[in-house]
Amino acid sequence: MSAAEATVRVVLDQQDGPILAPERRNAVLRSLLEGGYTVTVTGDERSVSPLDDAELLVLRELGAEADHDSESTEGGLPVRVRGVADLDDVGVLEMVQRHGHGRVAPEWKPWFPVIDYDRCTNCMQCLSFCLFGVYDVDHEKQIDVANPDKCKTNCPACSRVCPEVAILFPKYKNGPINGDIVQAEDVDREKMKTDISSLLGGNIYSLLRQRHEHAASRFSKERDETRALKERKRCLAKLQKDFDIPAEVLDQLPSAEAILEKARGASTKSEE
Amino acid sequence: MSETASAEKRIVYCHCAYARVVPPEVKEEVLEGLANSGVAFDAVPDLCELAARQDPALQRLAAGDAPVDIVACYPRAVKWLFHAAEASLPDAGVTIHNMRTETGEATLAAVLEPASSIELEEAKA
Repeated sequence: MSAAEATVRVVLDQQDGPILAPERRNAVLRSLLEGGYTVTVTGDERSVSPLDDAELLVLRELGAEADHDSESTEGGLPVRVRGVADLDDVGVLEMVQRHGHGRVAPEWKPWFPVIDYDRCTNCMQCLSFCLFGVYDVDHEKQIDVANPDKCKTNCPACSRVCPEVAILFPKYKNGPINGDIVQAEDVDREKMKTDISSLLGGNIYSLLRQRHEHAASRFSKERDETRALKERKRCLAKLQKDFDIPAEVLDQLPSAEAILEKARGASTKSEE
Repeated sequence: MSETASAEKRIVYCHCAYARVVPPEVKEEVLEGLANSGVAFDAVPDLCELAARQDPALQRLAAGDAPVDIVACYPRAVKWLFHAAEASLPDAGVTIHNMRTETGEATLAAVLEPASSIELEEAKA
């Protein structure tokens, strides 16, 4: 994963001076969160997370004449105070957007595997299985989610082949893949699925290779496009059902040659 | 806003975007309840999104000596999301409240009262 630059920290000031009316405050808060901003709401009780390098953008229920820039007494951080009394929730969001980015890639649903290292045995099955280059090993040869943005939205297939149920997709519908507590029967079930994948053809790559070669052979010999397509759909439907893979992901599978190349690379990394 | 770290308990709320895995009515009830209670808290748009881009905000949210209540989803998911962003949560002092399984009312009651619910340690089970 690549680290993001520090962004603006929005502070909804509910302590100093006039405060936003509850309904308005909640609308502003919701608007900022849906725009992708992290918001600190001040209050009379409890503390908030400590200061870091992020610039502070403090919103107060004052007119624009109250706008001013200063520095925090601790750390000398830039503090920009902005009055929002004359703005509605959309106006507040637009003003905040002028100060710093919120949601960086709104078109990308943050769907990616999260590894539970308390369970992971570093067996590399996920590295071998994933066809899209999501996994890699770090400098200590530990499996790592190196390219989360390459993960195919709503595809939990790698978690289904993990024998230790160590791969989570927090936005998945069912446990334990969603992070729910792993029960003994979950481990048995996932191991059974791994066995099924083995039974299907030794491993996923050979299965896909066989399917591809079979379909290509049939297509070249019989010139029967309809039949070849039907066979392809049958095989894909089986994969889709067993691993809960979205159809659009199967449509994006690499070529057989690319899959074999990927398998060779994964095998080398896991043996190093 | 206090500019010094305090031992007073903190609250972090996740507004879980993109998917409806957290019931919207639970999110809304908890968010409004926190805001209306007058307590200070940090609200994030989506912990998954912050973890994916390793947003420095996660370092900030995981830092400090104060015990923290995180209102989000399954403890195991929250723990490893922070870890994925190289902002590991401390083993002690973290209580995670799961809006996927708890009602808004129960979540608010647990967060706003001193008694804790699910300790992070349980996520290892």
